[in-house]
Amino acid sequence: MPEIKTQEALRSAFLQHQAVIGSRLGIENSNNCSILVCGGTGCHASEGEAIVAEFQRLAALHKKEKIVEATISGCFGFCEKGPIVKVFPENVFYVQVKKSDVEEIFEKHILKGEIVQRLLYVDPATKLKIETSEEIPFYKRQQRVALRNCGLINPEVIEEYIATKGYQALAKILSETKPEEVIAEMEASGLRGRGGAGFLTSKKWAYARGYHNEEKFVICNADEGDPGAFMDRSIMEGDSHSVIEGMIIAGYAIGAHQGYVYIRAEYPLAVQRLETAIQQARAYGFLGKNILQSGFDFDIAVRLGAGAFVCGEETALINSLEGKRGEPRTKPPFPAESGLWNKPTIVNNVETLANIPAIFQHGSEWFNQIGTDTSKGTKVFALAGKINNVGLVEVPMGTTLREIIFDIGGGIKNGAQFKAAQTGGPSGGCIPAQYLDTPIDYESLASIGSMMGSGGMIIMDEHDCMVNLARFYLEFIVEESCGRCAPCRLGNKRMLEILTRITDGLGCAEDLKELQSLAEIIMDTSLCGLGQSSPNPVLSTLKYFMDEYEAHIFDKSCPAGSCTKLLHYDIVPEKCIGCTACARNCPVNCISGSVKQVHTIDQSKCIKCGACQTRCKFGAVIRH
Amino acid sequence: MNTIVTQSPCCGETTNPQFQKLNAYLDTLAIDQKDPRRKDKLIMTLHYAQSLFGYLPEIIQIYIAQRFGISHADVSGVISFYNFFTVTPKGKIQVNVCMGTACYVNGADKVLREFERVLGIQTGEVTSDQKFSIESLRCVGACGLAPVVTINGKVFGKVKPEQVPDIIEKFLIEETKIEAEVINA
Ligand SMILES: Cc1cc2nc3c(=O)[nH]c(=O)nc-3n(C[C@H](O)[C@H](O)[C@H](O)COP(=O)(O)O)c2cc1C
Ligand code: SF4
Ligand code: SF4
Ligand code: SF4
Ligand code: FES
Repeated sequence: MPEIKTQEALRSAFLQHQAVIGSRLGIENSNNCSILVCGGTGCHASEGEAIVAEFQRLAALHKKEKIVEATISGCFGFCEKGPIVKVFPENVFYVQVKKSDVEEIFEKHILKGEIVQRLLYVDPATKLKIETSEEIPFYKRQQRVALRNCGLINPEVIEEYIATKGYQALAKILSETKPEEVIAEMEASGLRGRGGAGFLTSKKWAYARGYHNEEKFVICNADEGDPGAFMDRSIMEGDSHSVIEGMIIAGYAIGAHQGYVYIRAEYPLAVQRLETAIQQARAYGFLGKNILQSGFDFDIAVRLGAGAFVCGEETALINSLEGKRGEPRTKPPFPAESGLWNKPTIVNNVETLANIPAIFQHGSEWFNQIGTDTSKGTKVFALAGKINNVGLVEVPMGTTLREIIFDIGGGIKNGAQFKAAQTGGPSGGCIPAQYLDTPIDYESLASIGSMMGSGGMIIMDEHDCMVNLARFYLEFIVEESCGRCAPCRLGNKRMLEILTRITDGLGCAEDLKELQSLAEIIMDTSLCGLGQSSPNPVLSTLKYFMDEYEAHIFDKSCPAGSCTKLLHYDIVPEKCIGCTACARNCPVNCISGSVKQVHTIDQSKCIKCGACQTRCKFGAVIRH
Repeated sequence: MNTIVTQSPCCGETTNPQFQKLNAYLDTLAIDQKDPRRKDKLIMTLHYAQSLFGYLPEIIQIYIAQRFGISHADVSGVISFYNFFTVTPKGKIQVNVCMGTACYVNGADKVLREFERVLGIQTGEVTSDQKFSIESLRCVGACGLAPVVTINGKVFGKVKPEQVPDIIEKFLIEETKIEAEVINA
């Protein structure tokens, strides 16, 4: 592999490879056909690789007629419709492609130029078929900065990253920019951390630069603990080199020579792609000694997490990197002063780092004019739950929830009613319908009792019980609390007991008061961010969905029909014709009755699975 | 996977192939027992050992502690902190039901309960024939396919409780086939 030693060498590598990206972006004309198939975890599960192999097999058979290259790329974000196949230069976007569809795409589209209509995306609103991704509402309103290369390049080929001007920002910085100027440029950009707290990246870097030490560290936080979020995973699977370039720039700015990526063990594909990218970067000379002959040394090592949510917290992460139990440290001192092995350390999130090369490529001014007054740039959200278009969306800060959920997300599944959006995961809160028009930035989300968090956004509909959701998050917190301090260890357990009692129909009026006061104590007295923010899901549901708490406590009913202890299935004798369908499908055989006789449910055995209701064609089974 | 380690590997004289792999891995780390930072590779080593043995038996913990030049308590303290590590063997067929938020609101709890009901064990337990174990995990990052179940690394998306018996049966047949092959060989 060629080592790239100078800016000129990098530039000529760029010129050599830019055509392929240019044709994908529609800037370059090309007769060659290029096919991208998304190969993230989501689509891996649905056979992205088999589809690529099939395209490659056909391409080999037809190589005399046409040059066709087929590769895997990172996640296109539109996971709901995956696997997705993009065919360039026409930029046609096929959805939910199966291996058996490949031959038809090849025969018709690639060889004859006819678009395969049946595999196109159908806009649910207009019922029209759409050929290119730019016209799909899901993409139309997005602006991709952190995700700029996901779904554009093959993440396992460094030349493709170079062809997007990759590593040029680094080369320029190393040859002509002082570390202080790098930090000043970051300050001008206004970039704030995407890992949750929204701390100004430039400030963190400046602190770390200010502490003099022969050894400093850059850590990339790729622990992505929020259950139901997959932004960072997609960036690492789709564009690891952006993160690597961001880390090298950070290292240069603060004066560090070693970086670590702390990544979840639950993400094997991301780990593999990241390791491949690091090896390539090393072989090309972007990592290692004397990078681009600047005299600057920097290298990166990968470390796996081991399934502890608290290790996303930066000081716990540092302990875990040192091979210890991942318990948080008391702050101050902050990591910028004393972090890994008590050396000055910065911890930055994956998405934060992926933004950095783009900022230096386009300039801080460009970045600064995206977003709102206090929150600059874009934010990636992992949209999931009861939403039509599950997937990754990246929007300018200041976009409203309504735009994300209804314009991009395509509204609520099965035409149900929107109830709440949960942001910030176990540390965040639920946002009810009255705040759908809130522009999303760090401050406005905090002011309505939630938080930006790292970007998980779970949409809930009328069938989701908010009391149960609060209980779900607390169960998570209780499992994940490291136990170091009592308010978090005992307080959350107590809150969970109360919530469980309420969802079991055994709650009383005092419980509400106790929840409120426990929440305040835990927030004020816990040692780390996990405990300090753990009451948020309870507080925000108490604030906006008190009626649901009251219904559980006073009426012993769950308005959403989700808490099983408060549910009953019954057969209405007048409607039952005795067809036996329910009895045959009850998994615990608790329905009795003979043919043409009215059936009855043994309530003591019923597990409330609802199968009988789904099976009864006569509407005889009711739930109450 | 899941070889119950009975021979003592401490003297390095075992012929257990997994253990030899672990030994080779430890050799590549070139641990300097005087280096105060040597523990930073402990978690990676535990991951590797668990991938070899299926769990982290005490005898392996002691051996790893020796090679790092740290106490056994140090190693077991780390193991007990992290959910990913287990000190008891899991089933040959490991059912992992994602209980991340996206999967939960799409009914993952019903899927988990159905696995528990059909296999007759609770989450965290192993069936008496050592064939199946059930775990719940938090988000595998495939939320677009919620609810998600992974079984021995294979991902199943949009799982409905009704499909659970079929899924189990499929794995049971495969497992029986493998066993038959082993016996015939
Ligand atoms: C309980 C807890 C969990 C966290 N989990 C993550 C995480 O998964 N990923 C992340 O980047 N930051 C996480 N953070 C925030 C980190 O502590 C830290 O602020 C962040 O990585 C800094 O990077 P940034 O400035 O680029 O956002 C978590 C914090 C707490 C308190
Ligand atoms: S707040 Fe919770 S997680 Fe944080 S140190 Fe205390 S017990 Fe541990
Ligand atoms: S809800 Fe499920 S368990 Fe109860 S009677 Fe109906 S089918 Fe049987
Ligand atoms: S399926 Fe409906 S109609 Fe048929 S036996 Fe059951 S309750 Fe009666
Ligand atoms: S919540 Fe289950 S895969 Fe993300």
